Amino acid sequence: MHPALSVILFTTASGAGYGMLFWLGLLAPLGLLPIAAGFGVTASLLGLALVTFGLMSSTLHLGHPERAWRAMTQWRTSWLSREGVAALIAYMPAVLFPLLWLWQEAAGPLGFISAATAAATVVCTGMIYASLKPIRQWHNPYVLPIYLLASLFSGGACLAGVATFWNAEPWLADASVVLAVVALAAKVAYWRSIDSGVGARTPADATGLGKLGTVRSLDPPNTEENYLLREMGYRIARKHAGRLRVVAMLLGFVAPIVLLPFVPPVAAIAALLGLLVERWLFFAEATHTITLYYGRAT
Amino acid sequence: MTAIPPPGGKKLGLVIDLDTCVGCHACAVNCKEWNTSGHSAPLPDFDAYQAKPQGVWFNRVHSYEAGEGNDSRTVYFPRSCLHCEEPACVTVCPTGASYKRAEDGIVLVNPDTCIGCKLCSWACPYGAREFDEDAGVMKKCTLCIDRIYNTNIPEEDRVPACVATCPAQARHFGDLGDPNSAVSRLVAEREGYDLMPELGYKPVNKYLPPRERPRYAAPAEPAVESVANPFLRWIDRALSR
Repeated sequence: MHPALSVILFTTASGAGYGMLFWLGLLAPLGLLPIAAGFGVTASLLGLALVTFGLMSSTLHLGHPERAWRAMTQWRTSWLSREGVAALIAYMPAVLFPLLWLWQEAAGPLGFISAATAAATVVCTGMIYASLKPIRQWHNPYVLPIYLLASLFSGGACLAGVATFWNAEPWLADASVVLAVVALAAKVAYWRSIDSGVGARTPADATGLGKLGTVRSLDPPNTEENYLLREMGYRIARKHAGRLRVVAMLLGFVAPIVLLPFVPPVAAIAALLGLLVERWLFFAEATHTITLYYGRAT
Repeated sequence: MTAIPPPGGKKLGLVIDLDTCVGCHACAVNCKEWNTSGHSAPLPDFDAYQAKPQGVWFNRVHSYEAGEGNDSRTVYFPRSCLHCEEPACVTVCPTGASYKRAEDGIVLVNPDTCIGCKLCSWACPYGAREFDEDAGVMKKCTLCIDRIYNTNIPEEDRVPACVATCPAQARHFGDLGDPNSAVSRLVAEREGYDLMPELGYKPVNKYLPPRERPRYAAPAEPAVESVANPFLRWIDRALSR
């Protein structure tokens, strides 16, 4: 699948943003975060900024961004529509929450609602990909948990980064380390899963001509690239993918694990950069069944 | 809108005979010709007169070599929208622009409400949808709704453009929801099949498999005993050792 920069930026930034809003909404009412108003407002604004930047970025890949409001209507069937609705709902408590920071007791229920809506939005994002059967690397049981874990881990790292400046207890950074370890394990398991070829198909499967023997593409219908091949026929060399996996693991997970206890802000930046690579690979390594008709294997 | 309507009786679709298709691409060309001024017009082309022309097509003809050696055969394989009974391209649409008609099962896109998010093209396993980068909306086969219901053209022409033009009569159009229709009988008789049925999209269009043919038999080599000349028989024995 073509790794469109707008979508990669969107899922990485909004994932971290919703992760921050989740931890803020959950932990602040429990009194587990610095109570300074400056911290509450800064952290909330950073979370909202990441989310808003991501959502704005995602509209860039639309053919008609001015019609984006229509995407709120089909939540009964469409995970993309559900994501839009959830994102819109999540704004309300998230925007009100920092205003209520000074009245901690009133902020409690609102915080929990904010945490729940933020998590729901990330679930919708993950399900957009996990529900697509033609792409075996996405229609995979690890995809949704990884979207959630990446969001919680990167959001936790960002919040720990902000909290450093208010002399917060180190335990949020420690919790993010644990999440990073779990997320890394899930990612490694995911790579093993897709490398095992589960759900892989051949041109014989796609054409139903397997009874005749091996099916090879003789002539494609089009001599030049077309939309289908540009959008869904992206290919990455195996050796490049292998190196980028190492970069994603080191920068996105190992570096934050090492740095979080000492310099949380740097760890958060490393996590975000590494997750950008991880998200790029998520697209670049995904193969679509349409390419089978062009003689490739998925 | 994006909810799939309850299954109606009528399922209009195509039956494509892979045994008789000669791979001439006439169906693809006539489709392009009709539809570039039809319901979803235009079907844009980019760099049409340059080295790398590209464009939106609703129908594309692949060709494959299947089998090994003397038993292999060439199969031409036209690929277009299958107007599935469970079209995920419709249910993933966030705006309701993609829809499946209750009355005949045809899957269409409303170009006035499509936001061009391209998710439907990701959700289609068969590559039936192509994005119009000029208009910023998704386009796809309409089963020529502007021909099949068109009372301004002679009745015999009220079939999709691809069917009307096929010189080998490898394409058939009809109601696959009616078990007694000509297309349904053809599918039953020739054991028509669905593409990737395991994905659960329940395509309406069916493909008729290439007919079986006798395996290639190499001409038998003459038996040595039948050679009359004793010298040649001796040569053969000597060389065969």
